Amino acid sequence: MTDPAPNMSGPTTGGVAMQNSNDAVRRSLKRRYAAERRFKTYGILAIAFAMGMLGLLFTTIISKAIPAFTQTTINLEITLDGKIIDPQGTRERQTLSSANYRSVIRRAVFDLFPDVTTRRDRRALYEIISPGAVYKIRDMVMANPDLIGERVTVQMPMSDDIDQLNKGQIRKDSPEAERRVKDKQIAWFERLENRGLIETVFNTTFFTAGDSREPELAGILGAAMGSLFTMLVTLLVSFPLAVASAIYLEEFAPVNKWTQTIEVNINNLAAVPSIVFGLLGLAVFINFFGMPRSAPVVGGLVLALMTLPTIIIAARSALKSVPPSIREAAYGLGASPLQVTTHHVLPLAMPGILTGTIIGMAQALGETAPLLMIGMVAFIVDVPHGALDPATVLPVQIYLWADSPERAFVERTSAAICVLLGFLVLMNVGAVLLRKRFERKW
Amino acid sequence: MTPNMNQSMPLDAAGGAAATQSQTAPQVKIMARDVKVFYGEKQALFDVNLDIRANQVTSLIGPSGCGKSTFLRSLNRMNDTIDICRFDGRITLDGHDIYDKNVDVVHLRARVGMVFQKPNPFPKSIFDNVAYGPRIHGLTNSKSELDGIVQSALEKAGLWNEVKDRLDQPGTGLSGGQQQRLCIARAIAVSPEVILMDEPCSALDPIATAKIEELIDELRDNFTIVIVTHSMQQAARVSQRTAFFHLGYLVEVDDTEKMFTNPTDERTQGYITGRFG
Repeated sequence: MTDPAPNMSGPTTGGVAMQNSNDAVRRSLKRRYAAERRFKTYGILAIAFAMGMLGLLFTTIISKAIPAFTQTTINLEITLDGKIIDPQGTRERQTLSSANYRSVIRRAVFDLFPDVTTRRDRRALYEIISPGAVYKIRDMVMANPDLIGERVTVQMPMSDDIDQLNKGQIRKDSPEAERRVKDKQIAWFERLENRGLIETVFNTTFFTAGDSREPELAGILGAAMGSLFTMLVTLLVSFPLAVASAIYLEEFAPVNKWTQTIEVNINNLAAVPSIVFGLLGLAVFINFFGMPRSAPVVGGLVLALMTLPTIIIAARSALKSVPPSIREAAYGLGASPLQVTTHHVLPLAMPGILTGTIIGMAQALGETAPLLMIGMVAFIVDVPHGALDPATVLPVQIYLWADSPERAFVERTSAAICVLLGFLVLMNVGAVLLRKRFERKW
Repeated sequence: MTPNMNQSMPLDAAGGAAATQSQTAPQVKIMARDVKVFYGEKQALFDVNLDIRANQVTSLIGPSGCGKSTFLRSLNRMNDTIDICRFDGRITLDGHDIYDKNVDVVHLRARVGMVFQKPNPFPKSIFDNVAYGPRIHGLTNSKSELDGIVQSALEKAGLWNEVKDRLDQPGTGLSGGQQQRLCIARAIAVSPEVILMDEPCSALDPIATAKIEELIDELRDNFTIVIVTHSMQQAARVSQRTAFFHLGYLVEVDDTEKMFTNPTDERTQGYITGRFG
């Protein structure tokens, strides 16, 4: 800084001093702008890196998942021989449900290849059709017993190995010992292809079935429904509890040792490893209260416990950020504390609370570890119809499939991840819409 | 002047004023006796004795932190909402102690309304802002009656003509001065007996301020008004009585005219002439 005295005494020196400080400012300006540009560049680089990684993740998952959405099928002409299916001709359900459809299908397949005669070859030939074909024919016949004796063309899924071969995941030129498909099977498949019996169709099974040992019969619906029921229980339990606790702690509770202890504990609870909540659920809900194993209701309760602190913390900060002037205005008009909270503070805090809730729910949706502890990792084929039915959830399903040796489960794992991400996006869209409704201008 | 004289001056002044006006018998609406307020360990008010007369505007002036807002907020127990705040003394409204155990705070605040420093309309429509008080107190069940209450409150606040065509629009969309008049309308809608105003014009421009001051003068016919202000001109313009607070003590209270022309206490003199504060 220049002394103001010379400035006053002589205009010349003052002018020079002015000039000097001007230059100094200009130089420092240059430096400041450079720093700003540098900072901006870092920011853009960081975002570009993050977006790149995200893009890589999505392209890998989606490109791996795409084959899972199609299924190789065969249009097989089958004679529904009454002598095999219903020898007595009673058409009783009992008979129809336990009939030997396998034999019907075997005949149809062997008719296609009269040249295959040895037992071993015939078995290999039959293996190119999915074991699920039996159930398909059974369901068809049971739904319409009049079909017995008719000759029908049915679209049957091929076995997972043939499906993988068709999709190019199993290479024909690799040595026979190193792949799961025998040379003969490849030859048969190619003959079928040449006859125009093979068709690749959209894989509806994936979206309508529960889990299965056979990849071509496995679907995501069971896990999706399990996740849905679990999330519903979690939301219904954790949201009201968390909001009520946050409101009490923030608006009504006196500040003393007790409330401070509670606050510290809630904050700590948010950092407890999730598997601990699973152990707690196992010990309390299942062993003590005798709730069913593998049920979404228990999973939901466990995840609700895990989500509670997240929502409480978010809700408290949302409540805290409501301007005190609004509270004063309401108090000044003679509103009771509850009226102040429900009429003014809570609606204004709602967007923040919903944001916290969606973060907590997203966390819960992706949680696996605590659910392993309460048995939601079991192999469950049926699609659950309620929160008390045994079920698994999407992340556990992903874990189970990723662990399976069959090649076809690789693409299904990716597809399941896509479904999980879709679930997340849906939840987020819902939250954004809700938030928009509650948001108000100041 | 001895310090002792100084100490007793406020009471004397109040007593003297009451004596001179005894012919017209001004009705005392609020009576504060030995009011002490503490924030935690810190004492904010020391033995304040003050009478507030009905249908008059009483202004509370004094430098920042002198306790005038604290005193104002103790008149409708707004200080109750602050955890660490403690009250001692006696304040009566129409002769009844408002700090009595049997007094319902909600009811008290319906009788003693408040307007704040910063306009704080609810983020709701103009109509809902004004209708909120009558609704929560159950003053009316019929829609038409509520419409009437809202209209008359807005008219009394001088806002009706400006907003009658957009009652469904957010109150926060109004200008600062309009917002403050909306807050006054909101307070009036509950039909309080007393309206407390905490520096109602400090966030407003001179034109909006003039409008509010005019409004305060009109409201005097129906309400008893206590106003905290930093502007001595404002105190002189709108109030009939003025009380000067300093460091938590009530130094002097008298008719506004006398306070601004011939104050008794030299601290009052110093503050009014701008030597401190």
